[in-house]
Amino acid sequence: MNEHTHKDCEELLGSLSSYIDGDLNPELCQELEKHLAGCDNCRVVLNTTKRTIDLVHTPIEKPDLPEDVRERLFKRLSLDDYLNLKPN
Amino acid sequence: MNKTMSLEISLEALIAGDRAEFARLVDTYSSPIYRLGLRMLGTPQDAEDVLQNTFLNVFTHLSTFEGRSSLSTWLYRIAANEALMLIRKKKPEVNVDDVQAGENDEDLLPTQFVDWSALPEDELLSGEGKKFLDSAIQTLPESMRIVFLLRDVEGLSIKETADALNLTETNVKTRLLRARMFLRERLSAYYGERMIEE
Repeated sequence: MNEHTHKDCEELLGSLSSYIDGDLNPELCQELEKHLAGCDNCRVVLNTTKRTIDLVHTPIEKPDLPEDVRERLFKRLSLDDYLNLKPN
Repeated sequence: MNKTMSLEISLEALIAGDRAEFARLVDTYSSPIYRLGLRMLGTPQDAEDVLQNTFLNVFTHLSTFEGRSSLSTWLYRIAANEALMLIRKKKPEVNVDDVQAGENDEDLLPTQFVDWSALPEDELLSGEGKKFLDSAIQTLPESMRIVFLLRDVEGLSIKETADALNLTETNVKTRLLRARMFLRERLSAYYGERMIEE
């Protein structure tokens, strides 16, 4: 049976986001990893949080600017002369 | 005809009034700013207003840009302000300035423990899955959503996000954690149900 309490999960959860970003100090990092090794639920929360962030980063989630919106923007900014100069 | 353009924008040329350089700046940042507007306001028309107002403001204030932050952070700051101003105008019931947003610890506690992280990407991002993810992002409270969009969608650092939104880094981290937990919880309920069905 796990020795840790539900309280440990709540406390360490606050560090999860910084842990994923690689922004956690080494002591807390070690404490969190020790906790994760013995807590199935927290490991699931970590894995699924990482995956949530990955999904948001997926390119299909980043549609380009519609061409008609670009045209109106350039006209509003009096940049009509540069409409045919598009970046790669 | 498309000409290749370098991504490096010259601040000197912009300040000197070089129109071609300003056009390059607009092309470099208009997609992310439009996306930000779309996800903050929810309609293409409002996103276009955010986009146009942002660059009109950038053009007007370029000569006063002091370079204390990067050009991109400054642009995101103007865009975020435009989006938040439009929300204040269109949805006065929404408190976009709520500094306590997501500070309630109970909002943070997970209740879903199905591990769907190993599901293949084509299954996670099927048409329906993508739609669900989009709608889940739309249900984030505005003051958390703007932090999440800048940090996790557009890839700004914690410091850049804090600079763009005039928040402390601690506040950005807190809102980001809440936003990620909020989305994780909703995606877990969604994919968890699908795993049980299979």
